[in-house]
Amino acid sequence: MKILVVDDEADVQPLFLQRFRKEIKNHEVEFRFALSGEEALKYLKEKHSEVVLILSDINMPGMSGIELLDHIRHDFNMPPQPVVMMITAYADKENYKQAMDKGADDFLTKPLDFNLLKEKLKTISE
Amino acid sequence: MFFFTFLAAFLLTVRIRRALKFSPIYPKWRTALNASGWIIIGLWLLFNSNFSTEVNEILGALMLLGIVLYLKKEPDFKSFEVLLFAHYPLVIISFVNGVISLVFPDFFNKWDNFFVCAQIVAFGWIFARFATSKKQQEEIKRVNQRKSELEVLVAQRTMEITKQRNELQDALKELQATQAQLIQQEKLASLGELTAGIAHEIQNPLNFVNNFSEVSMELIDEMEHELGKGDTEEAITIAADIKQNLEKIRHHGQRADGIVKGMLQHSRASSNVKEPTNINIIADEYFRLAYHGLRAKDKSFNAELVTNLDPDLPVVNIVPQDVGRVLLNMFTNAFYAVHEKKKIAGSDFKPKVEVSTRTIQTLTRGPHGIEIRVKDNGNGIPDAIKDKIMQPFFTTKPAGEGTGLGLSLSYDIIVKAHKGKIDINSKEGEGTEFIISLPV
Repeated sequence: MKILVVDDEADVQPLFLQRFRKEIKNHEVEFRFALSGEEALKYLKEKHSEVVLILSDINMPGMSGIELLDHIRHDFNMPPQPVVMMITAYADKENYKQAMDKGADDFLTKPLDFNLLKEKLKTISE
Repeated sequence: MFFFTFLAAFLLTVRIRRALKFSPIYPKWRTALNASGWIIIGLWLLFNSNFSTEVNEILGALMLLGIVLYLKKEPDFKSFEVLLFAHYPLVIISFVNGVISLVFPDFFNKWDNFFVCAQIVAFGWIFARFATSKKQQEEIKRVNQRKSELEVLVAQRTMEITKQRNELQDALKELQATQAQLIQQEKLASLGELTAGIAHEIQNPLNFVNNFSEVSMELIDEMEHELGKGDTEEAITIAADIKQNLEKIRHHGQRADGIVKGMLQHSRASSNVKEPTNINIIADEYFRLAYHGLRAKDKSFNAELVTNLDPDLPVVNIVPQDVGRVLLNMFTNAFYAVHEKKKIAGSDFKPKVEVSTRTIQTLTRGPHGIEIRVKDNGNGIPDAIKDKIMQPFFTTKPAGEGTGLGLSLSYDIIVKAHKGKIDINSKEGEGTEFIISLPV
């Protein structure tokens, strides 16, 4: 399962790689990273059919996570539709409602609960 | 006619007494002058009944001479010099008359009229001189009076001016206190703008600290497991990961530390101590803080942040928190401008704020200054208010949102305190660029 993580903080990358160390080793998951919405879109243009799950930060300079979500839902409006989970440090209703309206599948708050995320991944892969 | 000399002497004492009546030395001489008047009358009566007219003439002249010489010697009677001098003719003529009438009585009797006439003229001369001297004295008195009047006036004016000066000094002190208060308020206002950004900026590294320490614990479990299995190679790989994580924890801990320190520095009254500072670090930090601060206040706000920092930027001697405040102000303004434009222009408009630093080189002597540019693609500054934006209390923001002191304080900090300059390029509808130059 290929997962695209979009966050402007580069340090989330080793964090994911270590948290999913076993899963990566067992080839259960595979990670790709993008530091901005723009970079994520560029990657998706080429490989969107491979990506099963997109985890995107909302609050990023430039293109925000919400805008990225909008692009994903409109530009790649063809199956297979990736699962998109939005992540934000600002866990307020407004943010949540906006993400869900734009077509997010889930809404997670920072700091990320990796055990919860793993649970959710299980339901997706099943 | 020895009568003249006595009368002259008597009148002299009377005149002096009158003239001195209102002067401070009067009490000192009053008794002497009074007494001398009576003594003169007494002498006249005494001489008149005991000596011949001729002898009395000589004695009278000598007495008058004695009085005049005595008074001339006294510094208190300096102002009567003219009057005293006027007595000499009478003294001389009376003395000559006395001598001639004693030695050559026939000659004297023959020219009797002539001698008496001379004496009368000499006596009259005293009166003429007295009148002139009286006039002079009055003139001097008038001038003195005018002088003291003027002195009073001058003292009065001086007092008024001193009072005004004191009032002005008080007003100035009050103004300075108010200004300091306003500056502090402005600082607090900008700190308020920062708070949300600071919370975000501290939360982020804290998340990493928590996440990395958690994952490291897991990794240690795994490492133990691998070591138990005897797979040292895998254990070494995991150890390397743990080491990397600890480094990340330290890095993010320091990041949070830096932010808290920066915040404290920002709110503290300026120490005004210049220290060599890397502008890039301050610019980057405040750029993020300003962005997140605004972002937290208004969820709809978003902008592309572009940083173009010259890695070879020389350190500059500045008061870091003051220049930091200037940058924060510029960033906040820039974000505000693009946000306002976004509200009107809609989703097609891509807000963008750019900060760049560069070294100003001279041809011969290497770097002589640095330049910080803060550029936005907002609405720009209308020409009509370009001249006013640096003025204190001028703001285009709605009431309660801006103090109107940001740019005016920035000007004071950059231009007055750091000998730098602020240039503005702005085109209405296209954006604004603030250029801060600081000498190295």
